[in-house]
Amino acid sequence: MQIDWLSFTPIPSLLGGMILGVAAALYVLLHGRILGISGIVSGLIHPKAGDMAWRVSLTLGILSAPFWAAFIFDIRPIVQIDTDWLGILLAGLLVGFGAQYGSGCTSGHGICGLSRLSPRSLVATLTFMGAGFLTVFVLRHLIGV
Amino acid sequence: MKKHFGLISQYAIGTLFGWGLIISGMSNPQKVLGFLDLAGSWDPSLIFVMVGAILVGLAGFYIVSKRSEAFFGGALRIPTRRDINRPLVIGSFIFGIGWGIAGICPGPAIVALGAGYLKAVVFIIAMLVGMKLCEKFFSAHKQKPTQA
Repeated sequence: MQIDWLSFTPIPSLLGGMILGVAAALYVLLHGRILGISGIVSGLIHPKAGDMAWRVSLTLGILSAPFWAAFIFDIRPIVQIDTDWLGILLAGLLVGFGAQYGSGCTSGHGICGLSRLSPRSLVATLTFMGAGFLTVFVLRHLIGV
Repeated sequence: MKKHFGLISQYAIGTLFGWGLIISGMSNPQKVLGFLDLAGSWDPSLIFVMVGAILVGLAGFYIVSKRSEAFFGGALRIPTRRDINRPLVIGSFIFGIGWGIAGICPGPAIVALGAGYLKAVVFIIAMLVGMKLCEKFFSAHKQKPTQA
């Protein structure tokens, strides 16, 4: 193993992580819910009266984060997507299917679940990280995409 | 009135969450893939994101455990299941494969969409289709999946 010191950003990542933690903590304190993005978004695909406005508000909030970051702090997100279109399509399908079947994603299981010491979320997080390590190994080092 | 404050709060927390992703670098799929590439040139940043988030989150969920109601009213909707079952493991494994292909998960996908990246549109539509397919195939033994 070789560390990529040029890309490594311990301070911003720790700080950004703490902001994610504040968002998750505020969310459960104020709204009584887990800040799990896949669960909140998946509720949008089968609209139920009275269950939509809050989901839409939260989603719009995330969606406009880059705008407010640029407007207030003059910060623009670095977004580098090198995967080709077919890969993006396949990745989206698997992420959606898997998050629905596995009851959560990196936010719901990874951040909130581990913060509330849920054994289910620990298993889920270790599983999707393991699958991620494996997938990148196969794609980059065995197939060479 | 309280309802409107609730919706504004939802929006503001969404934006704060998006900022967390942007500042931590996790809105960049290449950075996530850099973490997942153990055998290559490895970027450990994601561990720092998780540690930061969980340190704060632990305090938040500890405070919540002493309360019975959310600030904006209503019961706390926190999952209570503790069983490790097949859908949890298989679903998470499938999620991880998708995550490993593009380095994108649901939160960062929405941030990338907001930043105007066309590939995020395709990713999100595919993600919603994937969720729908899961519901369709597995509605028989529902157990409506309680999130997280």
